[in-house]
Amino acid sequence: MIAEAGLAALWLGAALCALQLVAAAFAVVGKAELAGIVRPVAIAQAALTALAFGLLIWLFVKVDLSVALVFENDSSEKPFLYRFAATWGNHEGSMLMWVAILGVAGAAVALFERKLEERTLLATLGGQAVIGLGFYAFLLFASNPFARLYPVPPEGKGLNPLLQDPGLAFHPPTLYLGYVGLSVAFSFAIGALVTRDVGPAFARAMRPWVLGAWIFLTLGITAGSYWAYYELGWGGWWFWDPVENASLMPWLAATALLHSVTVLATRDGLRAWTLMLAVIAFSMSMVGTFLVRSGILTSVHAFAVDPRRGTFLLVLLFLYIGGALALFGARVGTVREGARFDPVSREAGLVANNLLLSAILGIVLVGTLYPLVLEASTGTKISVGPPYFDAAAGPLALIMVVIMAAGPLLRWRRDNLTPLLKRIAPATILALVVLIAVKLAAPGTSLLSLLGLALAAGLALASVAPLWRRNLLRTPLFVWGMVVAHLGIAVSLAGMACDSSFTVEKLVAARVGETVSIGPYAVTLDAIDPTFGPGWQALQATLLARRGDGDTLTLQPQARTYWAPPTDTSETAIHTAIDGQLYTVLGKQAADGRWQLRLWWKPFVTLIWAGGALVAIGGALALAGRLWRGRRKPAEAWA
Amino acid sequence: MKAKNQRLTLALLAVLAIIAAALLALSALKDQAAYFYTPSDVARDHVEPGTAVRLGGMVEKGSLKRLPDGVTISFVVTDNAASVPVRFKGIVPALFREGSGVVADGKFDSAGRFAADTILAKHDERYMPPEVAGAMHKSESLKK
Repeated sequence: MIAEAGLAALWLGAALCALQLVAAAFAVVGKAELAGIVRPVAIAQAALTALAFGLLIWLFVKVDLSVALVFENDSSEKPFLYRFAATWGNHEGSMLMWVAILGVAGAAVALFERKLEERTLLATLGGQAVIGLGFYAFLLFASNPFARLYPVPPEGKGLNPLLQDPGLAFHPPTLYLGYVGLSVAFSFAIGALVTRDVGPAFARAMRPWVLGAWIFLTLGITAGSYWAYYELGWGGWWFWDPVENASLMPWLAATALLHSVTVLATRDGLRAWTLMLAVIAFSMSMVGTFLVRSGILTSVHAFAVDPRRGTFLLVLLFLYIGGALALFGARVGTVREGARFDPVSREAGLVANNLLLSAILGIVLVGTLYPLVLEASTGTKISVGPPYFDAAAGPLALIMVVIMAAGPLLRWRRDNLTPLLKRIAPATILALVVLIAVKLAAPGTSLLSLLGLALAAGLALASVAPLWRRNLLRTPLFVWGMVVAHLGIAVSLAGMACDSSFTVEKLVAARVGETVSIGPYAVTLDAIDPTFGPGWQALQATLLARRGDGDTLTLQPQARTYWAPPTDTSETAIHTAIDGQLYTVLGKQAADGRWQLRLWWKPFVTLIWAGGALVAIGGALALAGRLWRGRRKPAEAWA
Repeated sequence: MKAKNQRLTLALLAVLAIIAAALLALSALKDQAAYFYTPSDVARDHVEPGTAVRLGGMVEKGSLKRLPDGVTISFVVTDNAASVPVRFKGIVPALFREGSGVVADGKFDSAGRFAADTILAKHDERYMPPEVAGAMHKSESLKK
C-alpha cells in the first residue's frame, strides 16, 4: 500500500506541477484569474513529492522487499543509518530526491520570496514548473522508484559497500540541495527574461537563493572530497573524475554568478551576463545529472546502465538548455545594459574573476566531455586525467587568486592603480617572503606548488585587509562573510600545495614486528588479526606509530570482505596530527608471508577541507547578513 | 567610455578569454590525453616509449608473478590475439586476478614492457569499468 501511495503522490504532484505551469503562464500574459493559485499549488506540489520521498525512506528503513528498488539496494542485516541512506544510494531513489528538492525549492520561493516583483515571481514559479515536469516524466516513465516485485524475495541484495559509510547520509543530500537549489536562480533568470525586469531589486531578490545553493554545493563538494580520500585508500583527495567534475562545474558557475549578481545589486551592471550565468549554472547541474545518472560513465555514482534513461535525460538537457538560451537570445536585446565603470574598479575586478572562472569552467567541461564525444563519434577511447586538468586549469586558478587578493581592496566604480598597489603591498611582500623561504628550505618544490604556497600566504593577508581599521563589531556580516570565504580559499590552497609537494609515500612488504619510518613517524606492524562487523569480515592490521619520544598511537587499517553484495574493500586508518595526517592502508599478503602496507605522511593536508568549510561558513555569514539587513532596511541599495 | 563601447570591450574580452582557454585546453589535451590500447593495437601501431596510455585486456592465466620485494608484480595482458608484459608496483584492486579483465594506466619502457601506475579491475559483481567490459567483450568475440 505504501508504495502505491508514494506513486499516487508522485502522479498527483506531476499533475499539480502542470497546473502550476498553466496558471503561471496565464498570469504572466495578463489573465489574472489563476494568479492566486500559483503559490498554493507550488506548495502542495512540494508537499506531495516530499511525501513520496518520505514514503520511499519508510520502505527502505522497514526493508519492504516487495518493492524492486528496496530488494536491489537494501538488506535487513544493515544498521539503521545505511537502510535510511540507501534510499538515495541508487538511481531511482536519488532521482526522487532530486525532484523532491526541486519541488521544495519552488515552494520555498512561493512561501518566502517577498522582494521580487509579483509578475516576475509568477514567471519564476512557471519556470520551476517547466523543469519539474520534465523530471517528473523522467521519474514516472523511466525511473519508477515504487515498482513492485513478485514473488517477494526473502532478503535484499544490499547496498554497494563503498557507499556504506556515514558520508552517504550527508554528501548526496547536501550536494543535491546545491545542484537543485541552482534551479531557483535559473527560474529567476527565466522569469526576469519573460517580464524584462532585470535590475538591482531583482538581483537583491535572487542573491540569497544563489548564496544558499552555493553554500550547500561547497559543503557537498568538500565532504565528497574527504569521503573519497579516506574511503578509496588511494591517498588522493581529488581525482578529476568526470563525476567530481560534474559537481565542480556548477560550483564554478555559481561562484561566478554570486559575484556578478553583487555587481548587479550594487551598481546595476552586468545585467545580461548575470542572467546568462544563472542559466549556465543550472545547466551545469543538469549536465552533471546527465553524466552521473545516464549510465554513460561507470563509477560508484552510476548505479544502473539503461540506454533509455540516457536518451531521456539528454533530450531534457537539450530542451531546457536550448530553450533557456533561445529565450535569452530573443530577449537579451531588450535588457538595457546598466551603469558603466572604470577599468580599475571593484566591478572590473569582479569581471576578471568571472572571466577566469568561466575559462576554468570551459577547461573542465572540455576535459570531461571530450572523451565522451570522441568515443561516441569515432570510437577512439581516451582518458583525460589529472595531467590535463592540472596543466590547463592550474595556471588560471593561480591568476584568479591574484585577482581575488586585489578585488576586495578596490573601490566601486572608479579607483586608481597607485593606491591599490599601496593597499596590496603588505600581501605582496608576504607572498615574496614565503616564495623565497620555501625555495630555500625545499628547493625541489614544483613551480605550481611554490606559487600556490606564496599566493596562499598573500591571499590570506589580503583577505583580512578589508577589516583593517574597521570597527569589527560594526562591520556588516556580509563583509565578514567575504573575508572568511576568501580566507578559506587561501587555507585550502595552502593545503593543496603542501599535499602535492611535501607528501611522503611508502609502499613496503613488512613482517609482523617490523618497523618502517615514514615522515616523522616510526610505524611498527604489531599484528594481523581477523575481525568482523555487520555484513562484513576483515583482516585487520594493528600498527603502532610513534613520533619521536611521544605517545604510541594505534592505527588499524582493514581489508574487508562484504557478503551482500560480495565485494572487497580496504578501510584506511588515518591519524590526524596538528601538522598533518598519517594515512595507512593494508594490502595483500606477499608470497613469503610479508604484508603489503601503504603509508603516507601528508603535512597540512587537512587544510584543504578546513578551507572548504571556511568558504561555506563565509557563505553562511554573508547569507545571514543579507537576510538580516534585508529585513531591517528593505530599500537599502548599499552593499 | 560610452556604455555601448564598454559593452563591446567586455564582449571582446570575454571572447578573447574563451579563445585563450580553448587554446590552452586543446594544447593540454593533445599532450596529456591517454589513448586506450588493446594488446592487438599495441602490436599493430608503434607506441612511443614514455607516452601515457591506457592498456586494457585480460590477465593471462599463469602469468602473474610476485617479485621478491613483495610489492611489485608482473603479469601479461592479452586479448587472445596479442599480449603485452606489464609490471606494477603497488596494491592491486581486490578483484584483480588471472583470467579477469584489467585496465592499466602507464607507459611503455624502451624494451616494450609496460610500467603501470594504476590498475583498474572489476570492483564488485555489479560494477565493471567500461573499458574492462569492452576489452573482455572484444577478446571473447575473437575467441569465436
